[in-house]
Amino acid sequence: MPDCTLTRAQFHMLQTESRDLLAAQKLKVLVCAGTGCVANGSMKVYDYLKSACEARGLNVCVALREEGGEGSVHLKKSGCHGFCEIGPLVSIEPLDILYTHVHVEDCDEIIDKTILGGEVIERLLYHKDGEVYQKRDDIPFYKLQHRIVLKNSGKSDAEEILEYIALGGYAAFEKALFEMTGEEVCKTISDSGLRGRGGGGFPAGRKWESVRRNVSDVKYIVCNGDEGDPGAFMDQGVMEGNPHSVIEGMLIAGVATGATEGYIYVRAEYPLAVKRLRIAIAKAEELGLLGDNIMGSGFNFHMHINRGAGAFVCGEGSALTSSIEGKRGMPRVKPPRTVDHGLWGKPTVLNNVETYANVPQIVLNGADWYRSIGTEKSPGTKTFALTGNVVNTGLVEVPMGTTLRQVIFDIGGGIKDGKKFKAVQIGGPSGGCLTEEHLDLPMDFDSLKKVGAIIGSGGLVVMDEDTCMVEVARFFMNFTQNESCGKCVPCREGTKRMLEILERIIHNEGSLEDLDTLQSLAETITEASLCGLGQTACKPVLSTLKYFRNEYLAHVVDKHCPHCNGRKRHLEINPTLCRGCGKCKRNCPMEAISGELRQPHTIDVTKCIHCGACWGACPFGAIDAIEEEG
Amino acid sequence: MDAAKEAMLRRAEEIIDSYGCKRENIIAIMQDVQAEYKYLSQEVLEKIAEKLNIGVAKVYSVATFYENFSLEAKGKYIVKVCNGTACHVRKSQPIYDGLREYLGLQGKQKTSADQLFTLETVACLGACSLAPAMTINDEVHAKMTPDAAINLLEEIRRKEAAQNA
Repeated sequence: MPDCTLTRAQFHMLQTESRDLLAAQKLKVLVCAGTGCVANGSMKVYDYLKSACEARGLNVCVALREEGGEGSVHLKKSGCHGFCEIGPLVSIEPLDILYTHVHVEDCDEIIDKTILGGEVIERLLYHKDGEVYQKRDDIPFYKLQHRIVLKNSGKSDAEEILEYIALGGYAAFEKALFEMTGEEVCKTISDSGLRGRGGGGFPAGRKWESVRRNVSDVKYIVCNGDEGDPGAFMDQGVMEGNPHSVIEGMLIAGVATGATEGYIYVRAEYPLAVKRLRIAIAKAEELGLLGDNIMGSGFNFHMHINRGAGAFVCGEGSALTSSIEGKRGMPRVKPPRTVDHGLWGKPTVLNNVETYANVPQIVLNGADWYRSIGTEKSPGTKTFALTGNVVNTGLVEVPMGTTLRQVIFDIGGGIKDGKKFKAVQIGGPSGGCLTEEHLDLPMDFDSLKKVGAIIGSGGLVVMDEDTCMVEVARFFMNFTQNESCGKCVPCREGTKRMLEILERIIHNEGSLEDLDTLQSLAETITEASLCGLGQTACKPVLSTLKYFRNEYLAHVVDKHCPHCNGRKRHLEINPTLCRGCGKCKRNCPMEAISGELRQPHTIDVTKCIHCGACWGACPFGAIDAIEEEG
Repeated sequence: MDAAKEAMLRRAEEIIDSYGCKRENIIAIMQDVQAEYKYLSQEVLEKIAEKLNIGVAKVYSVATFYENFSLEAKGKYIVKVCNGTACHVRKSQPIYDGLREYLGLQGKQKTSADQLFTLETVACLGACSLAPAMTINDEVHAKMTPDAAINLLEEIRRKEAAQNA
């Protein structure tokens, strides 16, 4: 392969040029092109804005290098803003306006009033509690966030590499490449205290250092973008909105460890992320930031994308590498660890998308800067996908150690429809449910571990008072049981038995003994499973058993769950309709009905088993199910 | 072998060649074939085994491991109801049940009798803010209800009927 032609001096020129180009753009219109907004029709808005601007004789530029001249409109597709609930979003700079719920019908008004007239259209702004917000960062949802990884998301064009460079992109890579040794890079990452964002929280620097020390002809950098946790989309947001930050992080890992090949494994359900990453890699190759002898340094790096094929277990390290190799994605016994024996048996750095996206900022700003954010043992920020029964759903990035209350109530705006908070599931199927008493707990790796939950990848699913927690546990068990790869017995058989028991309980057919069996099965599966999937599969059951035992008892003892089965009901005979024919009495298997012939009958609720035989037998429609109070 | 099958095999061969007949690309090869034909036929899997020089059993072991691969032909429109956690707590199950009933699917049946729709669930589309979400041939539809979902399918049915008329 021919060497990259870009020299270091040329890279510096490129930095200046792109910065100047960006600064020269007077009027910018950014249409959100994240999965959420696209689903809400943002691309129709984009197309319409483009043609309508052109129809008015405006010069529309879509690429950074396009010479627009005075009065031209720079129309861009931005990454995800994170506040998908109020999309499609359109932001207009430098007026610093964020328009929400923008549809094609609004476009003409936006062009005539705002783009041409500089006027703000109040009806399209974000409204909350009688207040109107013009600037994005004033909205409470954003105001309380601290964005590092998502810094440029929504503010720049995700498909334009020059914009990333203009905003300081690839400068960290250049610094690592020319001004630091591999050892120094590893030390910076170690000193920063960056811990893996994929769930485990293993110190990234230590991983890198192990791979650096390993002697091997080939080493690999692998990025885990197989965000399988249902209810989480942080990595999707990063890959779609800021794909170059992931590539740059991986390049720096390559410099640090001496690896020359990178693989990004992306979930098949994220077609837009795959597309953006492909574009990003192609542009980086074209410029000469990927390839052989990058900037004349002698350092080579090549990047590949692998699409997953719908197996949750592939988020596990050894299963992921085996899937990249074109095999069944099954985990293996460890050790040897991935750092010694990873992809194709070679030393491999395997980190998650968000971990890599943090790296360029750490290299640029230093370990101390990073340590100044978050808590002592868990520095930095964490992105969360806030979803479920919460007012503001979306992507949230906060310093580690922020409490659940701040995230759910201050940023998330509390529970939907004025209902009461009941629980939050953190960390997906591998995590646990936390309750009201944990709301003031700081969210960091260690505090959550203590209460039986994990940060996991960062899914936060909020549940209101109407949610049945046994059903939540069943939902997750159904998920893990489906996704169990079948290699080890405890996980394969154990999760199946647990699911059967949970199904039984949900249908009010369980017994008290079942609760003990659940507990002991869960402990065995956790102890004996081969990989993280099985070892954590029972956390939702264990944590709901611990914090919501009364809901299990409602299903098992009362045989009636107020959430699943509605309010308690009993059967009653309406005396004005009853003619006293006695049909109901003859059909009742429990002898619960009494009454004289041709006189209104009554049902003894203590004997009644709600079989409904009387209801079916009554020729006058006199029998009704009555909801009980409370 | 009929002409359509032969064409599919020829196309599969092209795809395999485009990946340089490398064993590690087997998943990507299957994905590309499935993207065009919506399933992997026995002949295609045998062709992959032959060209990559591995056993047919190995090929099947990969094809059956991953959820996304289908060994059966699918309908023209693939409908996926998201059953991720966020969609689940915002009531996605009634949507799936409603569509099953609308399409008249029984037991393990996934494809409607007219071969127009295949109904599946997916663990998460990453569109949790728009829950409950659903895709029809990869186009995301936000904030679904059983009725809205059925209306979408009905609209497609009408369009198809008009085209065929």
